[in-house]
Amino acid sequence: MNTVTPGQYLPESSSDTTRITRHFRAEKFDFWSFFFSGLTGLATLFIVGILAVILLNIVINGWSGFSWHFVSTIPKKDFFDVHTTGVLPMIVGTSIRVIVMTIFVIPVGVITAIYLTEYAANTSIITRIIRAAVNNLAGVPSIVFGLFGLGFFINFVGKNMDKLLHNTSAVWGQPALIWASLTLAVMTLPVVIVATEESLKAIPPGLREASLALGATKLETILKIVLPQALPGILTGGILAVSRAAGEVAPILFTGVAYYMASLPGHLSDQFMDLGYHVFVLSTQSPNIEQTRPILYATVLTLLLLTFALNIVAILIRARMRKKLRALG
Amino acid sequence: MAEILTPKLAPLATSVAPAKAGAPFIEIENLSLFYGASQALKNITLNLQEKVVTAFIGPSGCGKSTLLRCLNRMNDLIDNVRIDGAIKIGGHNIYDTNVDVIELRKRVGMVFQKSNPFPKSIYENVAYGLRLHGVKGKAELDDVVEQSLRGAALWDEVKDRLHASALGLSGGQQQRLCIARAIAIKPEVILMDEPASALDPIATARIEDLILDLKKEFTIVIVTHNMQQAARISDQTAFFYIGELVEFDTTTKIFTNPAQKRTEDYVSGRFG
Repeated sequence: MNTVTPGQYLPESSSDTTRITRHFRAEKFDFWSFFFSGLTGLATLFIVGILAVILLNIVINGWSGFSWHFVSTIPKKDFFDVHTTGVLPMIVGTSIRVIVMTIFVIPVGVITAIYLTEYAANTSIITRIIRAAVNNLAGVPSIVFGLFGLGFFINFVGKNMDKLLHNTSAVWGQPALIWASLTLAVMTLPVVIVATEESLKAIPPGLREASLALGATKLETILKIVLPQALPGILTGGILAVSRAAGEVAPILFTGVAYYMASLPGHLSDQFMDLGYHVFVLSTQSPNIEQTRPILYATVLTLLLLTFALNIVAILIRARMRKKLRALG
Repeated sequence: MAEILTPKLAPLATSVAPAKAGAPFIEIENLSLFYGASQALKNITLNLQEKVVTAFIGPSGCGKSTLLRCLNRMNDLIDNVRIDGAIKIGGHNIYDTNVDVIELRKRVGMVFQKSNPFPKSIYENVAYGLRLHGVKGKAELDDVVEQSLRGAALWDEVKDRLHASALGLSGGQQQRLCIARAIAIKPEVILMDEPASALDPIATARIEDLILDLKKEFTIVIVTHNMQQAARISDQTAFFYIGELVEFDTTTKIFTNPAQKRTEDYVSGRFG
């Protein structure tokens, strides 16, 4: 008997001659695979390229007009002069309207999402109508939100507040920071609702059952187990809403933005200047386009940086929360 | 009935009743359960003794888990469920309209098939139920957390990292943590829904030892697919088949000399 060494194949007979060896076929060049992978790569490159061109264009052209003086100065009424103008009121206006919007949209959106995922029966007609309404809200053009804000917040809510509180002198019944913020909040509501719903649905049902089986009420389960887990997802919704709202001009056109204000807004019923709207003003109202161009670019750069900064803040908060959740919870 | 269920942690019977003796602690009477139009449990009548381990066995879809979840009314959470009949625990029908479900679930704890610790620290997992029910003092919490972890045979493994995340524990440890969490609020009954089905043999053995230990204090109802497990740890066994209770007897009888042909076929592995 021969001994069989490890690794040796063992056909019973020792006659190796019967073994048939076949070569693998050589790889064929597959044109369609090559074409399709190339196509997807090109499409991606195209998108990245466009983004790079826009950003580079803004940074290169905006850098010369961008300075500490520029972002910290309240301009005179004639704000087309390169040397004296500034965008402080616009930075303040845009920041405040985004922050006030966030304060309203997050609670309302989160509570709506909690109702939809935790309380409403999934199959009922009412739930389906609400879901459809939320989705349709996301598809409404932003100028329509502006008109809604004018009609509902200013002409209805504001005017009636004035009737009750101020003897019909116009305090709330006119364009104001608060109405612009609320209009934006309505506009970004679907973003927050959808993001929150997704993060609530991602929480394993086993966690809810475990809590309920220990004698927790539904409310206790939502507050102590479900919401803390969903917070990072909710913040993602907030980040998306902030990004969307910071650059929007149409919804605030009728609801609060001003062409010019000599001082910073001091009250929620004040009007405000806004970076996005200021870009529009600079590009359409300037007496000398060539001279205004550096200011225009610098203003756009400021808007980009501000949006970026607001996002960074939100992302940092979310990262902190994730870390805390992972460590302890 | 509610006022009788309401007193916190009604005293457990002090003497350890031997299996099969005394009045039944859990009485299931003519229980039928429907998911919409389909009937999942058919007219089940079953009496379980206090401080005894009862195993529910049967092929998938036979209704054993459904019945288990009736005992702490977890089926209330599912839409479209209709339940007829009664379940009495300690003589009181838990399906009476005025029974406080929160109080019921406090007295009838549950351990699930998939270990589901909260994404919190080990300590907070065990303290969760206590905090819910109003325990605030740190000393008392510390004390009960330690007792419960000891009770679940987990204390020695985790005592140095009580404040580390529970998600860092192994599967078997997580399941024992879930048991610790359940016994922390001192229930009278513990329901276990295939508690070891996702664990390796060593972790399973530890859970089984633990169950035999817990029997001294708690009434345990366990659903299992593992016939040997049922034979090893239970005193009484109920065999279900397509929503019906086929046979209920002492575990020894069921596994050695069952009265029904179907039971014999199932426990001997001829179908299922």
